[in-house]
Amino acid sequence: MANGVSDVGADAPAGGFVQLLTPDGERRESVTTADGTTYSVDFTDEEYRGLYHDLVTVRRLDAEATALQRQGELGIWASLLGQEAAQVGSGRALRPQDMAFPTYREHGVLYTRGIDPIMPFGLFRGVDQGGWDANEHRFNGYTIVIGSQTLHATGYAMGVTMDGKTGTPDGEAVIAYFGDGATSQGEVNEAFVWAGVFNAPMVFFCQNNQYAISEPLERQTRIPLYRRAAGFGFPGVRIDGNDVLASYAVTRSALDNARNGQGPTLIEAYTYRMGAHTSSDDPTRYRIASEVESWKAKDPISRLRAFLTKQQMAGDEFFAAVDESAKTLALDLRERVLAMPDPQPVTMFDHVYPHGSPEVDAQRARFADYHASFEGSDH
Amino acid sequence: MAETITLGKALNHGLRRSLEENDKVVIMGEDVGKLGGVFRITDGLQKDFGEDRVIDTPLAEAGIIGTAVGLAIRGYRPVCEIQFDGFVFPAYNQIVAQVAKMFYRSKGNVRLPIVIRIPFGGGIGAVEHHSESPEAYFAHTPGLKVVSCSNPSDAYTMIQQAITSDDPVVFFEPKRRYWEKGDVELGADLSGADPLHAARVARVGGDATLIAYGPMVRTALDAATAAAEDGRNLEVIDLRSLSPVDYETIYASVRKTGRAVVVHEAPGNIGLGAELAARISEQCFYSLEAPVLRVTGYDIPYPAARMEEEYLPDLDRVLDAVDRSFGW
Repeated sequence: MANGVSDVGADAPAGGFVQLLTPDGERRESVTTADGTTYSVDFTDEEYRGLYHDLVTVRRLDAEATALQRQGELGIWASLLGQEAAQVGSGRALRPQDMAFPTYREHGVLYTRGIDPIMPFGLFRGVDQGGWDANEHRFNGYTIVIGSQTLHATGYAMGVTMDGKTGTPDGEAVIAYFGDGATSQGEVNEAFVWAGVFNAPMVFFCQNNQYAISEPLERQTRIPLYRRAAGFGFPGVRIDGNDVLASYAVTRSALDNARNGQGPTLIEAYTYRMGAHTSSDDPTRYRIASEVESWKAKDPISRLRAFLTKQQMAGDEFFAAVDESAKTLALDLRERVLAMPDPQPVTMFDHVYPHGSPEVDAQRARFADYHASFEGSDH
Repeated sequence: MAETITLGKALNHGLRRSLEENDKVVIMGEDVGKLGGVFRITDGLQKDFGEDRVIDTPLAEAGIIGTAVGLAIRGYRPVCEIQFDGFVFPAYNQIVAQVAKMFYRSKGNVRLPIVIRIPFGGGIGAVEHHSESPEAYFAHTPGLKVVSCSNPSDAYTMIQQAITSDDPVVFFEPKRRYWEKGDVELGADLSGADPLHAARVARVGGDATLIAYGPMVRTALDAATAAAEDGRNLEVIDLRSLSPVDYETIYASVRKTGRAVVVHEAPGNIGLGAELAARISEQCFYSLEAPVLRVTGYDIPYPAARMEEEYLPDLDRVLDAVDRSFGW
């Protein structure tokens, strides 16, 4: 009985998970795990509607990005389809002072931080490599090498402690995102070691979407991922990753533990990557349609919509308005992506070193001269 | 006030002064605390600055560098110790894929003022992985700056300059020279020191140019002393910075002497010497009296200790190369 959650729904994996909203839109008041922790949420109607708005918006933006990629306007896209609840719930649980370290798929978390959704599109369009200020946005750059950012997050969290910013309810906490595949990386395991021995104010948020490109979870682990935490000496909790309420409640609790000086937590958000790994992938080669269908029944958005409807918190008019607003945002995003200027090639020499380099400067000058030599010719 | 101290002690003084002058400087690594490091370079620092400033880390090199990245994003200036040259490779991914690229990736928004100290080179009779010269891997990587000190005075100033720099710096320390003594102006104002990335003419001469760095500078100077007895006046350049290289100092010397011999412990294939030879050939072609020659480690894994004296470039091999240059 993992997590000690006995009243799991029929859709839970063996051992259970924390679920506050069933796929049918039934609300569980609270869930208490074996360690005595009770998880619940206390949202106003407006806040429930806000979460629905977030989920629909990030899915719509994601669909627009997938379309842009198909139309040749993005080099590649890593879709979050199916993982909206894990990302929106955990993202909304962050406080403004908290710091997030994403992979390259956390567009939903980015949105909840209040960041303009166009920010990562330079990377996917090939205009730049990301290029944002991690500290300004409290959101680190997208990290593509699997798992590396978990160590960065842990070091940052050590710095939070060294700055004396933990131990109070107003303290700072750090969240690191990664996937099921990343848990096999040595660096992720080193991050667990470090966070444990330094009692770092960390939440390790693993979106177990069941696949690392083509490889199923069974190729990464022979025990449920959240149970790995016990070996490193800190709590591990599995949640229904398609339940935005569970994602919010458990992440909020783990972040508060971290900011209060109680150290790290591993959260395994049990979810499913409904789309391909990226736009370059073909999931029909390694998974069957019936599996995808079974996960459709657990969709994060439809369950919240069902809940809002049953509770009479929202009706068709609201749902239509949310769709319309998401569409407007998506079309605006499309226009701005298409309007992104191509970078001037000479800028490839910029920002190699904070203090510059005579070598790079000389190469930049030669590059510019070489191109100038074509001026007036047909090249 | 000049004091005569070892290279190792000079580094210790430089680290101490950096810790005193900026409370964001933290030292991290395996055994750097109570023990003071296996070479005692951080001796006494944890006692005086505390466990938050001089951090004994878990035994995992990727973790040392990866957490240093996060600390740097947070505003700290980590000085990481990799215990031995051959142990840097578990951290290679973090150094090459993250440390080197973060400033570029973020369009200059995120600086990583990290110093990675690596004792390197052979000559101490050690077992495998304790005598290597991996500098070319890092010098090949854009975004990293790579330096090596050769004497106590440079050790003292260069470590402080590296820590002050916002560039990530891989700092190679010539471990077999840790115990060599020299005069160091402790407490001297660093603004008067040579810039971190300037080469230095360690011995003025007019007949041929020896180019070396780290542990091989002493070897090159000894060779020059011996050559002087044969009537050859060799110039010795201490490269100091391996990336970027201060080419103008080298070109000026080679244009004067017409002959160049590059000396390093690392294997010759695709090493620093290959790049230096190519650059000198391009820029000093009409001044050269002979091809640029290299005296390096052989292209084999570092051999067992009882053979290392034959593997390492020494005075005789350097003089042999000088003879070949003059025989051209």
